[in-house]
Amino acid sequence: MTITLAQALNTALHDAMEADDKVVMFGEDVGTLGGVFRITDRLQERFGEARCFDTPLAEAGIVGSAVGMAMYGYRPVVEMQFDGFTYPAFEQIVSHVAKMRNRSRGKVSLPIVIRIPFGGGIGAVEHHSESPEAYFAHTAGLKVVTPGTPSDAYSLLRESIASPDPVIFFEPKRRYWLKEEAQLPVTTEPIGRAVVRRRGTTASLFAYGPMVRTCLDAAQAAEEEGWDLEVVDLRSLNPLDTETVVDSVARTGHAVVVHEASVFGGFGAEVAARVSERAFYSLEAPVLRVGGFDVPYPAAKLEEFFLPDVDRILDAVERSLGF
Amino acid sequence: MITNDRASNDRASNDRASNDRASHGRAPLPDPASLLPPDEPVTLLDDDGGLTEVDGYPLDLKEGDLRDLYRFMVLARRVDRQAINLQRQGQLGVYASLRGQEAAQVGSAFALADADWIFPSYRELGAALVRGVDPGQILQLFRGTWLSGHDPYEHHFGLLSIPIGTQALHATGFAMAAKLDGVDLVAVSYFGDGATSEGDPHEAMNFAAVFDAPCVFFVQNNAYAISVPLEKQTRAPSIAHKAVGYGMPGYRVDGNDVLATYAVMRRAVDRARRGEGPSLVEAMTYRMEAHTTADDPSRYRTAQELERWQAKDPIARYERFLLAEGLLTDDFRQAIDAEAQGYADRMRAEIADAPHGDPLELFDHVYADPPGRFAEQRAQLSRELEDRE
Repeated sequence: MTITLAQALNTALHDAMEADDKVVMFGEDVGTLGGVFRITDRLQERFGEARCFDTPLAEAGIVGSAVGMAMYGYRPVVEMQFDGFTYPAFEQIVSHVAKMRNRSRGKVSLPIVIRIPFGGGIGAVEHHSESPEAYFAHTAGLKVVTPGTPSDAYSLLRESIASPDPVIFFEPKRRYWLKEEAQLPVTTEPIGRAVVRRRGTTASLFAYGPMVRTCLDAAQAAEEEGWDLEVVDLRSLNPLDTETVVDSVARTGHAVVVHEASVFGGFGAEVAARVSERAFYSLEAPVLRVGGFDVPYPAAKLEEFFLPDVDRILDAVERSLGF
Repeated sequence: MITNDRASNDRASNDRASNDRASHGRAPLPDPASLLPPDEPVTLLDDDGGLTEVDGYPLDLKEGDLRDLYRFMVLARRVDRQAINLQRQGQLGVYASLRGQEAAQVGSAFALADADWIFPSYRELGAALVRGVDPGQILQLFRGTWLSGHDPYEHHFGLLSIPIGTQALHATGFAMAAKLDGVDLVAVSYFGDGATSEGDPHEAMNFAAVFDAPCVFFVQNNAYAISVPLEKQTRAPSIAHKAVGYGMPGYRVDGNDVLATYAVMRRAVDRARRGEGPSLVEAMTYRMEAHTTADDPSRYRTAQELERWQAKDPIARYERFLLAEGLLTDDFRQAIDAEAQGYADRMRAEIADAPHGDPLELFDHVYADPPGRFAEQRAQLSRELEDRE
């Protein structure tokens, strides 16, 4: 059957709540409304107000109370309504969610999933299109994953909810309506494994979340140039599957990392560093990074000039090949 | 005698049932006047140790309990002094003393049942003692051997929380979870006057009220947040008044009166246990020592002020009560002093020169399922350790 990424997430939440009555889902507007993107649609109807509920409008409150519930023995899944509204919860995430297991010397486990719709491209108003993944990938104690396909959305979310470690789960909001022929439930590769979405020989594109689709589009367009591009979906930023990345570079000799976030200090730098450490002699050219410019996320009418697109990606490929 | 019972203060309460806010099946909103704290903090013991009972705050303590309250306060003070000494001897990196707050901590913690939980800040050694936590374990954080030394599940005492007020949300979430499970427990968060300016305690109190969570927010108002006095922290009539804004009762108690603290806390805890929701207790007290051993309080408070509070010493006041009741015999006092010395000696033995663990343990508790690069970094540190030898 044809499913969208949003439906896959909704089904994953449903199935996880069905499978384990300690799984609870809460956040802003996730109950009666079913979430502003309808990811929690009908969960309250199905599981009752005790297990899928609206909270007061307070992100630190949502994450901080999830810490207490997880300490008690629940497996909270919480929704940050938008990327740009995650910041009030930053202290709870960094100082408690990420550190509690380590501080307690392994005695306290916090199986929390923090769902964050992220990225731009939907013409949204300010603060609704950010890509804050590098903050969290940099924070020891967190796992950070982001699906690029509906099947992965289902499988990665189920695995995140089952994980004993806290997971920051970035949902590529402009891909919520991305379709795929798939049968749910589905189990794809585990967290920590990257997947080659398109085999190629000319150069490797490394992407995650919303940019996986864009890179596949770029690879298709590149065929006209006679380039056979490989597209690697990282899926998991922490842990990062360095082996699959290195293996790809070993075959193509050219690496371009693509994300929506600003390039400076972005996650692409980590990928580039790992490639240069582990695949130096395979490289025919420096690793290039393609991302948003180092400016605040722009107003909606200007986002097409900020965001990486097929042309910006292919331009980088051309520079790499011409090095 | 102070009257505290606001039951007579029920003007307009009948009209509130017809308020036009959608109730969604919840109980009608309370009359704000019924939530207000008393004009004066509840006090049961006068300076001479004379006891005056106050309506609404019954004391159900037996002689053994009365002795235990004294015992825990003396232990707390002795252990606290030992910790300060250990810091001065270079054994602890820093230490946050509770001297002056023994009654607030012991009285409040004594009001809890075994199943209840405390989510402490970093100054809660007295409350920890009441819960049975080994003070030597508490001091691991201050010595820097690890970030925490005790198992929270063993004594229902959370990790010491340094980011101000953040633990209040953990108590709220814990109580929400217990309520979902139908389990009878009350979660109490401890924080200070300064924390009430932070966002997290606000969100914690609001969540607790909205979800009717069995919580008590226990605020030790010790007059200063490091150097900043309360009047620069808030323009609220009192911290307890803030409770009204969340639709929960605010209680105010003389935090240097262990019996009053116990009685007021007991009322708040019992209320939560009965399913009547959260409340806030403000205990008026004073930190006699510096904020931490790294602080110099002479820069922000006067010797006269200190003397005024010295006269209200919580242990001395309670001793006068026990003496009058015939409970403070020489034998008892000697036994307690000996026990306190034993505690202090044990703690000293446990923490002085206590080694940090194996540096390779740094990688052991970050994740249940660590990333592959941990193996590389562990190997690197292992090589570095060998090179040091």
